Amino acid sequence: MGKPCALTIAEAHSKLKNKEITSVQLVQSCIDRIESIDDALNAVIYRNFKRALEQAKKIDAEGKFDHPLTGIPFLAKDNFCEKGIPSTGCSNVLRDKEYVPPFESTSTQRLKDAGAISLGKTNTDEFTMGASTETSCYGVTRNPWDTTRVAGGSSGGSAAGVGSDECIFAVGSDTGGSIRQPAGFCGCVGFRATYGRTSRFGVMSMASSLDSIGPICKTVEDTAIVMNTLAGLDPLDATTGDLPVPDYTKAISGDVKGLKIGIPKEYFIDGMDPEVESAVRSAATHLESMGAEIIDISLPHTDYAVATYYVITPSEVSSNMARYDGIRYGHTVQKADDLVDYYHQVRTEGFGDEVKRRIMIGTYALSAGYYDAYYRQAQKVRTLIIKDFEEAYKKVDIVLTPTYPTPAFTVGALDGDPIAMYLQDIFLVAQGLSGMPGITVPCGFCKNNLPIGLHLSGPHWSEELLLKVAHIYEKSTEWAEKRPNL
Amino acid sequence: MATLSDDDVRHIAKLCRLNLSDKEVQKFAPELNDILTYIEKLQEVDTSSVEPTPQPTGIVNRFREDEIVSDGPTPEELLGTSPLPIIDHQIQTPSAHG
Repeated sequence: MGKPCALTIAEAHSKLKNKEITSVQLVQSCIDRIESIDDALNAVIYRNFKRALEQAKKIDAEGKFDHPLTGIPFLAKDNFCEKGIPSTGCSNVLRDKEYVPPFESTSTQRLKDAGAISLGKTNTDEFTMGASTETSCYGVTRNPWDTTRVAGGSSGGSAAGVGSDECIFAVGSDTGGSIRQPAGFCGCVGFRATYGRTSRFGVMSMASSLDSIGPICKTVEDTAIVMNTLAGLDPLDATTGDLPVPDYTKAISGDVKGLKIGIPKEYFIDGMDPEVESAVRSAATHLESMGAEIIDISLPHTDYAVATYYVITPSEVSSNMARYDGIRYGHTVQKADDLVDYYHQVRTEGFGDEVKRRIMIGTYALSAGYYDAYYRQAQKVRTLIIKDFEEAYKKVDIVLTPTYPTPAFTVGALDGDPIAMYLQDIFLVAQGLSGMPGITVPCGFCKNNLPIGLHLSGPHWSEELLLKVAHIYEKSTEWAEKRPNL
Repeated sequence: MATLSDDDVRHIAKLCRLNLSDKEVQKFAPELNDILTYIEKLQEVDTSSVEPTPQPTGIVNRFREDEIVSDGPTPEELLGTSPLPIIDHQIQTPSAHG
C-alpha cells in the first residue's frame, strides 16, 4: 500500500470505515508529507498539526465513520476564517498582528461538522489578487511537477497541497479562475460552483459579485463528495441560492451519449501552446468517441471578458479593501498625526503592490465623471458576455475549452507585467462574470511533464451535469493516476 | 480617455488613503496607464440597449425576520482583535481632528 496521504477521500473513507487505517494515521501521514516536502513548495503557511491530531484521536475513539468526510484531513486557503486559527489572506495588513478570527466561515464549519479535520492554511496571492501566488506576503508557492515553476493562483497553496498529497483535499475560492487555473497547473480537479451555490460567509471578500467557494481534489468523485457538504443555502450569505442540494455523488454515473458539447472558436487563440491545444482537442475527440456530439459555437464577446473583469473586480476590491484601516484588526502604527494619517500609514505599510494597483484602478473607475464610462459600461458588457453563454446553452449542454493557453510558467517570468498576469485567466473569467460553474480536470501532460487542464462549463446550477461529464472523462483516461515525483 | 499624469496618480492614491513616494509614482503611473489603455477596448462595444448586471444569478431582496442572533462572537471577542487600546468597550483611535 502507498502512503495514506496519497489516498482519495473515497479510498480513505473506505479504509477508515473498514478499520484498515485510523484517522490519526491518515493525519500523521499528511503531516509527515508536509514536513518532508513543503520547504520546497511553500504551500502550507500555517500548520495546525497539534489540534488536527487531537481531533483525529477523538474521532478514532468515537469510531463512527458514517459520513465520507469524517476523519479526513483537509487544508483551507488562508482567506477562509477559522475560529481561533490565524487567518491572514496572506497579507501583511493582517499578518503583522496575526489576525485570529473569533468566528468560523460557513464552508469550514460545514466540513468540520461532517468530521473533516483542518490541517492548516494554504498560501494564496494577497487577498487572492493574482494568478501565481507570487503576491503572497509569505512568498511564492512552487509547482509540485516542477519547483522552478509557479503553482498558479490565487489558490496556489491549496492546489500544490492536493497535487503533492500533503492533504486529502483542499478548499479555495475562485473570482476569475483562482481555483481552476492553479488546480489545472498542479494536475488536480478544481471546481467553481455557481455563484451562490456555496456560502461566502467568513471568507475574505475580493470581488463580492463574483467570488465563489469550491473544492480542489484528486478526483471528480471526491469533488462531488465535498460539494455535498459545501453546497446549500446559508442564512449568513444572502446571495446563496435557495435550491435543493442534490446528492452529487449519485449524479456522476451514466454516459455521455447524445450530450451536446460546444467548442467556442474564440478559445483557440494565437500564441497558445500547441501541446495544450492538441491535448484539449483530443479530449473532445475522446468524448465524441463515447457518444457525445461536438458542435462548433461562437462566444462573440470573449475578447472583452478580461477587460470587463479588470474594471469590475478592482472596483469591488477598492470597496472591500476599505475595511483594512487598522482599527478593528490588523496592522497598526505607533505614531500618527491624525486619523487620516493613521489610515494612510497602515494601508501603505500593510498592502502589497498588486492590491494597491487594484485599489487605485477601482477608485478611479468608480469616481465621479468616470463611473459611466468604466464601471457601468463594464457591467453592461458583462450582460453581453452572459447573453453569449445563454445563447450557446440553447444549442449545447456544456462548453469545452482549455483551462489555460500555456502550462505553468517559471517563477518571476511575468514580473512587472500586470496585464500578462491578468491574461492568465483569459479562458476562466467568463464564469466569474456570469456566475456560471466550471470544472478543470487533467487531460494530458506536456513533454516536460507539466499537467494540461481541460475545462468544462455549463449554465447556472448545472453542477450535476459538469461533475458527471468530468467523472466519465476522468474514469476513461489515465491522467488522474499520474503523480509528481517529489 | 485621459492618460493619468503623475499628479493624477498622487490624487487617486490620496483618495485610496495610500502614500506613494515619488519613486512609486514613477512605477505605478505607467502600469496604471497600461491597464487603462487595455480596458479602454470596452468603449468600442455598443451597449446602448443593454442593461447592466450587478448580480449574476438574479437573486434580489432576500428578507428575514429582524431578530437578534446570539450565537455569533461576543463584543469582547470582536474588540479583542483590534490593535488599538480598548476603553469602556470602545476602540481608542488617533484623533480625527489632529
